[in-house]
Amino acid sequence: MFLSRALRSSCRSLHTVTLFPGDGIGPQISESVKKIFDAAEVPIQWEERQVYPILEPNGKTRIPDDAVESIFKNKIGLKGPMRTAIGKGHVSLNLTIRRTFGLYANVRPAKSVPGVITPYSKEGVDCVIMRENTEGEYSGIEHQVVPGVVQSVKLITRDASRNVAEYAFQYAQDHGRKNIVALHKANIMKMSDGMFLEQCREVAARYPEINYREMYLDSACLKIVSDPSKFDVMLMPNLYGDIFSDLTAGLIGGLGLAPSGNMGKDGIAIYEAVHGTADDLVEANKGNPTALLMSGLMMLRHMGLKSQADKIEAAVLETLTERKVITGDIGGTATNPEYADEICRKIRG
Amino acid sequence: SGINAEYREFQTFQHYFKQINLRTMLRRISSPAVSIGRAAVSTSAVPRTKYGGKTTVTLIPGDGVGPELAESVTTIFKEMAVPVEFEKIELNREQMKDEGSFDYAIKSLKRNGVGLKGVINRSADFRHHNLEFRGGLDVYANVVRCMSFEGIQTHHTGIDLIAIRENTEGEYSSLEHESVSGVVESLKIITQEKSMRIAKFAFDYAREHNRKKVTCIHKANIMKLSDGLFKACCKEVSEDYPMIEYEEQIVDNTCQQLVINPQQFDVMVMPNLYGNLVSNLAAGLVGGAGVVPSKSYGENIAVFEPGARHTWMEMKGMYVANPAAMVLSSAFMLKHLQLHEAGDLLIKAVNNVLNKRSCLTIDLGGNASTHDMTKAILSEVEHLA
Repeated sequence: MFLSRALRSSCRSLHTVTLFPGDGIGPQISESVKKIFDAAEVPIQWEERQVYPILEPNGKTRIPDDAVESIFKNKIGLKGPMRTAIGKGHVSLNLTIRRTFGLYANVRPAKSVPGVITPYSKEGVDCVIMRENTEGEYSGIEHQVVPGVVQSVKLITRDASRNVAEYAFQYAQDHGRKNIVALHKANIMKMSDGMFLEQCREVAARYPEINYREMYLDSACLKIVSDPSKFDVMLMPNLYGDIFSDLTAGLIGGLGLAPSGNMGKDGIAIYEAVHGTADDLVEANKGNPTALLMSGLMMLRHMGLKSQADKIEAAVLETLTERKVITGDIGGTATNPEYADEICRKIRG
Repeated sequence: SGINAEYREFQTFQHYFKQINLRTMLRRISSPAVSIGRAAVSTSAVPRTKYGGKTTVTLIPGDGVGPELAESVTTIFKEMAVPVEFEKIELNREQMKDEGSFDYAIKSLKRNGVGLKGVINRSADFRHHNLEFRGGLDVYANVVRCMSFEGIQTHHTGIDLIAIRENTEGEYSSLEHESVSGVVESLKIITQEKSMRIAKFAFDYAREHNRKKVTCIHKANIMKLSDGLFKACCKEVSEDYPMIEYEEQIVDNTCQQLVINPQQFDVMVMPNLYGNLVSNLAAGLVGGAGVVPSKSYGENIAVFEPGARHTWMEMKGMYVANPAAMVLSSAFMLKHLQLHEAGDLLIKAVNNVLNKRSCLTIDLGGNASTHDMTKAILSEVEHLA
């Protein structure tokens, strides 16, 4: 009876998660993630799908139907790095995925990794960037007014601003974060960033226990490189979020270590590694799976599988601190599978 | 009566002769070349007043701690007897409501051709005035040089980069409208003319200052037409300067590289918004808003101001701001006015004070006041002179 109950509960809690291995080192690091999740006995079964751009006759780009269906069914996905062909008229694949699933909020935590020493390791970085993911400067609306004069439109809507603000405050509450600062340039872009701030303030009023303030983006740049420990959750529109999240990734050691999650409507959540495809590392299988793995851990926590996530994280941090079996981008010589095996060894104890 | 007249004439002549002699004698006595039994008085302790040859420069202290920083500069200039006269224009939040005072500031700058300013806070109901300064005067190139100071503890050392920012267009066009309720459009304008102009300025500047590399910072992967145009203009101009290395970098990667390996950067040229971010970031890397000066150039005008533009309203009136940035900017202004001796002396003095850590304001980890720093700079000037 005990056995059947265990079996029943394991069947009940076996989650199906979509996996987009991606290009370049993508498939290789995805293998590592699957291996490590297996070692930690994570109750996940993977549904792998390929993603590539399909250019439609009307000029729009879309991704394969089976990939789309899989996400709509499973709601949760993990995505590797993807290549966008230049000059073939495609919109970037990342952008297409964002639009297809309505991914409106991008969450990029940046936490100092033990074993990866940067000039900022001493005071320690532990911040989260919340970036509006659908509009802003990435509207793609540009035109040449007269030869030699180009206009690019930055779009800010009340709805999109409110959505990301609401997610940010909810996330802060769920994760015990006490401070949210909205970064903006409303002194210059009075109406657009002004509207963004207005929505942030309205949502902030509903979360009185969270300390909300606003800061000019340039001020934030100045302060974060002096003392990043003073920053907690940061909320901002699209372009600033893109730039700033790369900045914070740099503070902890680079994009090879930075996880990222994207929230869509109806509970869709796609976690991804934000680094590139690193084609030069494919042959020797020397890519670093840490970013994809950390994104996977974010995913596990989102799904409520906290204990497995903690177990894997402890093994990863121990491996990184020892600095014996680590990949080339952080100063070691191990290959991707060697690094993954070391982590599995530590998980199994 | 004939003889009397002659005698009277002679007496008058004698009188005048004596007077002349007396005057000559007096002049000789007071001449510094001769000391008659008095201790030799060194003239360098009290600089002589120079008559004529004074340049008038517009001074706009601005808001927040601006007036305190301006005071520091005027004090130093007075003590050093620099032949510069300031036409001070109070332009702050209250005055901005009056169009007249703003127009007067622009006229003054146009007339004098050289200005020293703090930061002006945008008033709620008016267009952004820092921008108007750029636009009305077409001060199109903002140059911020970020160099590590030995005496300031930062996370990185050995930085020496120059951020050149296009100052008149781009995202700062202030063209916004709410087309439909809840949907706001903000226009970013990039023109070929201004992009070529700033690119040429950057390469000329690099050549003049013996710099080896110019990096164009952009986001043309996303903003294909606008930043694409900017990038293309930089590339075209680079071909005229084969001895200077040229590269392009996407702005998010730049920000990452700046915190990982900032020593790789030399001269950077970029549109308005990225320039704002990168110059603030780089300023933060070398010590903050209190120590980084900047120079801005137009066709016939030069404006000098602190590199990271922050008014620090909370500390207004408390005299805790670090005037080093403002003083360095004023020193660059002196050099621009061909007053190289005074300019170089002042630059060296400020650098010494910062490197020897002889005076630490709040931003440098101490609790000295603005006055203390001013005094420290002045005593270093005296020491070096």
